[in-house]
Amino acid sequence: MNERQKLMCELQRTSFALVETVLFLDGHPCDEKALEYYCETREKYEKVLKNYEECYGPISVLGVDSEKGWTWVETPWPWEMEAN
Amino acid sequence: MWTYEKKLQYPVKIKTPNPMYAKIIISQLGGPDGELGAATRYLSQRFSMPDRKIVGILTDVGTEELAHVEMISAILYQLTRNLSPEEIKRSGFDTYFVDHTAGIYPQAASGVPFTTAYIGVKGDVFADLNEDLAAEQKARVTYDNLLRLIDDPDVRDPIKFLREREVVHYQRFGDALGLAQDAFCDKKNFYAYNPAFDK
Repeated sequence: MNERQKLMCELQRTSFALVETVLFLDGHPCDEKALEYYCETREKYEKVLKNYEECYGPISVLGVDSEKGWTWVETPWPWEMEAN
Repeated sequence: MWTYEKKLQYPVKIKTPNPMYAKIIISQLGGPDGELGAATRYLSQRFSMPDRKIVGILTDVGTEELAHVEMISAILYQLTRNLSPEEIKRSGFDTYFVDHTAGIYPQAASGVPFTTAYIGVKGDVFADLNEDLAAEQKARVTYDNLLRLIDDPDVRDPIKFLREREVVHYQRFGDALGLAQDAFCDKKNFYAYNPAFDK
């Protein structure tokens, strides 16, 4: 696994933890432990996302660094072998 | 409103193409209990759901299902890359290839195209949530059946992830049903009214 793949894995892991927490909170909006976990995980996700986008290009259109051009269509799409 | 994230929810990296697997896995894209049906079902049911928490569950599960549509499509794309005409004929993939080449078209393993006849939107809180609980179980069984037929660990791994999500979504729809019972049930008559329609 190269450095990009490792960071992508970290992003997928953190993003998954966030998805799980959100689904749980929808049905248990007053669960304090879940709310706390949500805040921690969101902070972690934002850090990993920023790190990934700076090194390897945008995950969303808001992550494009326009000084490098329209990088959104330059990096591989998620189903390409190269992206995984 | 939606925005796209340029990543899969879980990695798909299949080293060896196998069009025979693609022929059966395609049912989880456009088959009766597939991911496209799941996304369409939950995202459509939201509008008549009279509880914001339950709408939250339908929205967020429905959105995750769109990520699963993409994962299944990625599996199909990777399983059908670089095929020779001989491989296509030998694997039985020819009946799909003749109409769609190696494009990703939502259909069942039997060849029946995706149809919204696979989903239910009854506009009734209890009918819709029970449909969702059953749908998650049926999708879980389909993944179980696929795992009985597939040996390649590269293919089994993302399929196992998707199977687990069916179990978790079933639990979340269980939360939703509990919320609906607490919010709308008349103790004397469970079905006294349809909280999605009667005021």
